[in-house]
Amino acid sequence: MTLQHYLVISAILFTLGIFAVLTRRNAISILMGIELILNSCNLNFAAFSRFMTPPEDISGQVIAIFGIVLAAAEAAVFLAIILAIYREFGSIRPNEVDTLKG
Amino acid sequence: MQPLSNIESLLYFSPEILLVIFATAVILLDLVVKDSESVAVAYLSLVGLICVFAAVLITHFSLRNPVSLFLGMIRLDEFSTFFKILLLLATAATVLFSLRSEELDARLKGEYYALLLAITLGMFLMASSTNLLMIFISLETVSLTSYILAGFLTHSPRSSEAAFKYITYGAVASGTMLFGLSFLFGMAGSGDLGQISMRLTELLASGEVAPLAVLIAITFVLAGVGYKIASVPFHMWSPDVYEGAPIPITAFLSVASKSAGFALFIRFFYAGFGNTELMQAVDWPFMLAIVSALTMTVGNLAALPQQNVKRLLAYSSIAHGGYLLMGGVLLTSEGIGAILFYLVVYLFMNLGAFYVVVLIANEVGSEMVEGYRGLSSRAPLVAWAMVIFLVSLAGIPPFAGFFGKWLLFAAVIEQGYYWLAFVGLLNSVVSLYYYARIVKAMFFEDADEETTDFSFSTGTFALLSVFVIPTIFIGFLNIFYTFSNISVSVMPMQ
Repeated sequence: MTLQHYLVISAILFTLGIFAVLTRRNAISILMGIELILNSCNLNFAAFSRFMTPPEDISGQVIAIFGIVLAAAEAAVFLAIILAIYREFGSIRPNEVDTLKG
Repeated sequence: MQPLSNIESLLYFSPEILLVIFATAVILLDLVVKDSESVAVAYLSLVGLICVFAAVLITHFSLRNPVSLFLGMIRLDEFSTFFKILLLLATAATVLFSLRSEELDARLKGEYYALLLAITLGMFLMASSTNLLMIFISLETVSLTSYILAGFLTHSPRSSEAAFKYITYGAVASGTMLFGLSFLFGMAGSGDLGQISMRLTELLASGEVAPLAVLIAITFVLAGVGYKIASVPFHMWSPDVYEGAPIPITAFLSVASKSAGFALFIRFFYAGFGNTELMQAVDWPFMLAIVSALTMTVGNLAALPQQNVKRLLAYSSIAHGGYLLMGGVLLTSEGIGAILFYLVVYLFMNLGAFYVVVLIANEVGSEMVEGYRGLSSRAPLVAWAMVIFLVSLAGIPPFAGFFGKWLLFAAVIEQGYYWLAFVGLLNSVVSLYYYARIVKAMFFEDADEETTDFSFSTGTFALLSVFVIPTIFIGFLNIFYTFSNISVSVMPMQ
């Protein structure tokens, strides 16, 4: 496995994540897309840390760990907001949540 | 100068530590006070902000030279002190607005103020981060907290919708930014902004890294920063969020969140990517010039038909983001100094305008332009204050907004970007139209129903004058120009 393999996988993950966010009609699926994006970044950091920095420098892996923590925090807030949306609108489909426009 | 170790840094980190202590204290106090006495929580957070302000000044004056703290994670210099003071002012104003706003649920006030202090902590870190990791963590601290605050009115569908749209846009934008940061990290093999800049210059000169790769990585990062400062094409969230969020939070987001975004923007682009070799290889200033022109044009044109004053001010704040970006295009210290000065001016005039919106919403129960009809006879002082804020936002002399814009335009013209200055000038003219609509409603239209005069307390007028007086006089005071220019002069220029 070379660096290229990891970068290609993470680019695919990132694109899939953006694709999910743009096309999915359900808030939970959008959250899953966002998680894919963040995971592709973590993979990038870990791979770069392994291949591009000296072995004793683990700063890239540290960033990846922080990335996981922040993804978890973001998922928690997102789910709470989805709950609030469900209570107010009776639906978690983004196209039905559109009272604000103009 | 060598970065300080973790233990040595703690002393200089006292403002941030105090913020954490007071945020915890606010939550604890909220547990013991009764609901009817929930104002105590607000006063405790105000006391906290004053203590933090003192700590910021003390740490600033106890230092001769800028230092890097926590092994190069954050940097303490005049630039970060400038933004800390600016952000503290904005937070204190937001606490005072929230005290007077009738939108917020008294039972949840404890969490509300604790979150406000937490977001201030995040913004402090945004203004001083010099490492990719810290940049991302501070940005996420601010973002996650502001999603919660935007959706704080749990009984209001508008507020929940605002939070939902905010987090969807925000999460994607910050994910995209992290992806860009990962490539910068990979190319340079380090997370430190100074080192990235040095390594990239070498690699670009030797041809090991293609300029296109750096440009793409920077564009990805711009998605995250651009979403924070609401620049086109990452501005879509902001009108909806500003309209749905509680008014004090809207005011806070439009001023503090934008300032912190600009702090990050300047630190990243000016200190990190501001050296000439890098700019010759990757022409991102031109890209920024286009973003700036688009941002002000889209903001101003979209504001024209708005009937909701909050939404109108949201678009106006997008347009102001465009004006501010003009100063960032050139990466001269005049341009950055003009941004800093304009941010101070913008703080006072925009918060003032939002305070009037809070007052009117409390009395009329509406944020529409119709609610402002006949305000000149119902509450003349408030109406005149609003005129001053709006005229200053439009950039008409002799108010502070004019001097701020003048500095920005002067910096742009000096660098030969005539077309950008021209676009900015045209936009200022367009913006007059929608600001004048509110003035017209206040002075030349009568309210439909039987009108009673509004009675505002002395405290209201005192707080209003805190915003009116600077809006009138800042432009004439030398101290603010020197203050913003000193804050720039120490930025590390590689």
